[in-house]
Amino acid sequence: MSGDIRPATPMSRQIAEHQSLLDRTLALPRPVLGILSLMLIGFIISQILVGYLVISGELDGKWYDIRDLGNAMVSLDGVIQNSEMDSRISSALAYLVPTLLGATGIVSVVGGWLLIGPWVERRLIAKFQIRQGPNRTGPFGLLQTLADALKLMQKEIIIPRGADRLLYFAPPIAVFIPAILGWAPIPWSPKMSYADLDVGVLFVIAISSLGVLAVFMAGWASNNHYSLLGAMRTIAMMISYEIPISVSLLAVVLLTGSTKLSEIVIWQSEHGVWLIMLIPFAALAFLFASTAEINRTPNDIGEAESEIVAGFYTEYSGMKAGLFMGVELGNAILVGALMSTFFLGGYTLFGLENWVPGYLILATKIGLVYFLFVWIRATLPRFRLDQLMGFAWKFLIPVSIALMFLTAIESSILVRWDVPNFLSMGVIALVNIGAAAGLTFAWVKLLFRDTDLSAPPPPILTREMGGLQAAKALRG
Amino acid sequence: MTEISELIFEIGLMHYLIVSGSVFALGTAIALGKRSAIAVLMGIELMLNGSILALLAFSRFPQNTSADAGLVDGHVFVVFVLSVAAAEAAVALALSVLVYRKRETVDLDRINLMRW
Amino acid sequence: MDSPGIVIGFYMMAGLVLGSGTLVFLARNLLHALAFLVISFLSMAGLFLTLSADFIAMAQILIYAGSISVLMVFAVMLTPLASRDNGNTIYVIPGLLAAGGIATFVGFLALDTNWYGPATDFSTTIDLIGNLLLGKYVLAFEIASVLLLFALVGAIMLVQTSSTDHEEGEG
Repeated sequence: MSGDIRPATPMSRQIAEHQSLLDRTLALPRPVLGILSLMLIGFIISQILVGYLVISGELDGKWYDIRDLGNAMVSLDGVIQNSEMDSRISSALAYLVPTLLGATGIVSVVGGWLLIGPWVERRLIAKFQIRQGPNRTGPFGLLQTLADALKLMQKEIIIPRGADRLLYFAPPIAVFIPAILGWAPIPWSPKMSYADLDVGVLFVIAISSLGVLAVFMAGWASNNHYSLLGAMRTIAMMISYEIPISVSLLAVVLLTGSTKLSEIVIWQSEHGVWLIMLIPFAALAFLFASTAEINRTPNDIGEAESEIVAGFYTEYSGMKAGLFMGVELGNAILVGALMSTFFLGGYTLFGLENWVPGYLILATKIGLVYFLFVWIRATLPRFRLDQLMGFAWKFLIPVSIALMFLTAIESSILVRWDVPNFLSMGVIALVNIGAAAGLTFAWVKLLFRDTDLSAPPPPILTREMGGLQAAKALRG
Repeated sequence: MTEISELIFEIGLMHYLIVSGSVFALGTAIALGKRSAIAVLMGIELMLNGSILALLAFSRFPQNTSADAGLVDGHVFVVFVLSVAAAEAAVALALSVLVYRKRETVDLDRINLMRW
Repeated sequence: MDSPGIVIGFYMMAGLVLGSGTLVFLARNLLHALAFLVISFLSMAGLFLTLSADFIAMAQILIYAGSISVLMVFAVMLTPLASRDNGNTIYVIPGLLAAGGIATFVGFLALDTNWYGPATDFSTTIDLIGNLLLGKYVLAFEIASVLLLFALVGAIMLVQTSSTDHEEGEG
């Protein structure tokens, strides 16, 4: 045996010859390294300058204060008001310009994500499955999404024969509307939220209940029994999981005392705590229920890709089906943004938002939650529909409501007594975590009190048991 | 009618009441004239919507415009109307499904005899 | 209330409500009528927003467009052999006359009365509604919750067949 073991397959050769990132960076040609180090030094110097400006307070509120793009909007507003236009035109412009700019911003965020999102997701899932994702179309496979879009656009549009004209063409649009509308109340910075509604939390819940009708229309208008079956399953799941979402958000509203999203973020920053640390069960229930709302694995029984072809969008071809798949992705980052705003502190990071722009912090948190979604998708198998419905109605809803009562008691105590933050938040967190764990265990014991939870006997090869007859005799 | 531009460009309680009355009338026409029980229920929901609009409009245009600005009793009434509408829709649809099981139809022209 | 946003919004939403309401009446298919009904619910929510009733607008979207419409969808699904056409009975003519009478009456009342102007300082309603619901109208609130419980249990009991009593253990 020679000491040098030569791997036979190409894949393991790649693994054996893989260099670390540092090695590959230091092996770059000299000029590239020089430019990179100059950029690094320039970045450090600029950060020192920015640090001086931030600390001295000279940057606050100026229009070039990019920590909060709302400052530019406020000064644009001032420019419009102070110009010598007719007052009605200037007030109309002062209303229209931020609206259009904000809408463009939201659409570019969602659209930009839909451009690179599928690539990110496929590469990530591939990494979880120890393989490479798309790496052929363009450098590192970056043009894969474009190729998919072109492929979908040039497909022949087949409309099923008995399809209902009105109800067939509406769903791809109708399912996109909640995915874009939900971005409106989310605060990206103290002065940057498109529509900071006073009833922001209710708006979020209402928007999530609008997706149900689009799914039904898609399933019904396809004139296909299996589409209808998939649509019914999806609808049943979606309306069942709306309740844990509402109850979790109710716990959030109880603690923060406001339904305005920006005030929820400010509460978390003032009390120096993220709501996921205070009400972890509500956060996890929100996460799981949102996964069911957006029909993502492990809760995508309605459009299970290996079971029911494509569920309610089976009969859609070309870009219509592409819109459905894109909306699933867009909804995923919307849920990431909502989760970050409600439970992860939004655009604040314990004071870092004075240095780093708030929208970058929020974008990072959205990316982290999205990574969690992809991780769950790559890891967990799909739940069966009756498992899902049983989980929602028998476990999530009762336990969420019980813990919401506990949160209500805590919030009323918090309002009345003026206790320092550290003590009150710590006590609430400990009580909540203990109550959640205890209630979960107790409830599960109660639910499973009549079933035999011991594992079934492990399967044995029939050959080892002596043939089929012997196996049957053994099993009885 | 010399202030017709005022009538068009300034929304007052009158506009909301006209819309509310029209929606209520539409709901009545649908509820009285349709054959399917579910369509009748749609008409009833439209009627309730019209009355909700009237309640909210009256809450917005109170008697004492500065002092009564924060009175939201109309809104509270509307909350109850919404909850009762939801409950009534649920029970009505459950009843129509039950009637369907017996008669194989929800056509109101056919369900006109108690016996069969 | 003469700001251009409210005026444009009112006319758009009112047109949508009345248009989709008419289409509910005139649609040929029960599910088309349902789709138009959803559009009318959403436009009503828009009208509520022009009235600064933000909480009620969101509640309207949640309850009407989100839940009651789904209820009607399920009712249509659970009655597969019923006719799905949106036909009229012979009482449609008296119905239309009654509707015309109501509309005329309310319209005349609306046009002929000298109404008050808008309240000057209408801000967010959600805190005030909450205070009233748990303060002045707490009895009605509790009775409404009991009513919803009755409706829930009653609807389930009504449609329950005798074959739904084999629920043992965890599914």
